[in-house]
Amino acid sequence: MNNLVILPVLLPFITGAILILFYKRIGVQRFLSSVSAVGMLVLAIYLAYHVYQQGIVVLELGNWPAPFGIVMVADIFATIMLILSSIVGVVCLFFAFQTITKEREKTFFYPFYFFLLTGVNGAFLTGDLFNLFVFFEVMLIASYVLIVMGGTKYQLRESFKYVIINMFSSALFLVAIAYLYSVTGTVNMAHLGERVAELEQSGVLNVIAVLLLIVFSVKGALFPLYFWLPRSYYGPPAAIAALFGGLLTKVGIYAIIRTFTLIFNHDIAFTHKGIITVLAGFTMLLGVLGAVSQFDFKRILSYHIISQVGYMVMGLGIYTPIAVAGAIYYIVHHIIVKSALFLFAGATQRITGTTDLKQMGGLLKTHPYLAWMFFITALSLAGIPPLSGFFSKFPIIVSGFGEGQHVIAGVALLVGFLTLFSMIKIFQYAFWGKQKHTEAQAKIPAGKMLLPTIPLVALTIILGLAAEPIFQYSMQAAEQIMDPSIYIESVLKE
Amino acid sequence: MEIVISIMIGVLFTVATYLLLSRSLLRVIFGTLLMSHGAHLLLITMAGLQRGAPPLLNLEASGYTDPLPQAMVLTAIVISFGVTSFILVLAYRIYKVHKTDDLDELRGSADE
Repeated sequence: MNNLVILPVLLPFITGAILILFYKRIGVQRFLSSVSAVGMLVLAIYLAYHVYQQGIVVLELGNWPAPFGIVMVADIFATIMLILSSIVGVVCLFFAFQTITKEREKTFFYPFYFFLLTGVNGAFLTGDLFNLFVFFEVMLIASYVLIVMGGTKYQLRESFKYVIINMFSSALFLVAIAYLYSVTGTVNMAHLGERVAELEQSGVLNVIAVLLLIVFSVKGALFPLYFWLPRSYYGPPAAIAALFGGLLTKVGIYAIIRTFTLIFNHDIAFTHKGIITVLAGFTMLLGVLGAVSQFDFKRILSYHIISQVGYMVMGLGIYTPIAVAGAIYYIVHHIIVKSALFLFAGATQRITGTTDLKQMGGLLKTHPYLAWMFFITALSLAGIPPLSGFFSKFPIIVSGFGEGQHVIAGVALLVGFLTLFSMIKIFQYAFWGKQKHTEAQAKIPAGKMLLPTIPLVALTIILGLAAEPIFQYSMQAAEQIMDPSIYIESVLKE
Repeated sequence: MEIVISIMIGVLFTVATYLLLSRSLLRVIFGTLLMSHGAHLLLITMAGLQRGAPPLLNLEASGYTDPLPQAMVLTAIVISFGVTSFILVLAYRIYKVHKTDDLDELRGSADE
């Protein structure tokens, strides 16, 4: 029994509920939300320390024993994701203070921000497939509101498609749960892992595995179900786009890694090597080709989300401890770097008034700090050695070659090169060249906007320089999730 | 009984797919609504449609029903109602702003 596990879900939920009461008083909302976000970060780090010291922590809600009641489970992987969601939560919140418009602040921006975090944290901590569905829905309905908030013509048009595709995949999720329940008679993930092992994963269980993969691929933007992402992430303001781009797609990836290490890990030749690896290759390649073809700051970043989701799934597809550890490290690196890049896009948009690269130029002269911070983050995304991007791609690609998956490892190398190319394109067009913004725009100070992004840039440098201990940590997380008996035993207590 | 309901689920999914592929905003929304109803029915049918007493130990009955799918389907129905009401409001705003309910006219153009 440890009630600590449910606090990261309850804290943002209660904060969101309280913030609704103060919807007219922006000052109170800002104060309460910043206190709560920082509190969540402290809580997440404490929980991670606790789990690291004492092993997996399980909370059985209402004291019902495990396969019958609802459980919340925190293992190392889940707490890593919790820390990340809290970091992004804090940073995007402080960035939103600087950039979000008054109208959006008054129309329940902060409450839905915290409801989104409730859903995300809940999805990381739940140990029950149906509750995963519920927390996905909590997260999604908050994201529907945030993505349409402001109600511009473009946002309305594109968020309708976003909502429809997510409703469709939610219906498929229910169908998958229904089939799984009829085959195994349980929805508890640890119990499912045990039952699927007894049944020998074949026939209908493989169908269910693929169905779940489709559902999570829609949320995580995997090939061929990523087409909704670039358009819907283009509309909302930078603080929301950063939160979505950093965090929201990763929840789908987390769910894929969780289900395909814990439940469906008995037919690796079919699911992991056969389907997931191929999907990863196409996702990486087509995502980065989309990015190369674009000439818009935010759109390039959106397409990069797709291509980098491919690396994480590739780590899972290769399915060795080092590759999975690389995938976890990649998630850590990507959430931090991608949020930072979206915030930089927001800052440049605030200064120049556009996201079209052809109408930008010369920001290096007028806003040097912005330019160099962007440069560091862009190099980190492309995987240049002293930064975190290199150390997260390296184990994945090396174990790809080691396992004889030469094609996919080659694709990953090529994609890294193309990523560098398109990031340099942004740098060249937006920051070099003739100054295309007016003198008045050149005087807009960027310092206050950049303040929240400093921790992210610092983190990507630290993650690179301190790669050894952090990789050890993700290695432990990988070993823990690659051996599902640890999870199953601590939940079912046999 | 399961056979009849299974056929009905199939019909619901067919109709939902047809509606999802149409051009009108409202038809698409009805399509998602029917699809989630199909999924709910599937959830309750897949657990087996048993008859029996509620699962309380002090009741003297020959058989008990499985409460879990009922709890799950109730939650799912509430969620689908919430999302549907949200998307109806969204569709109304889209209609007011864009002055059309034709999805063909809501396609994004390449030059944005």
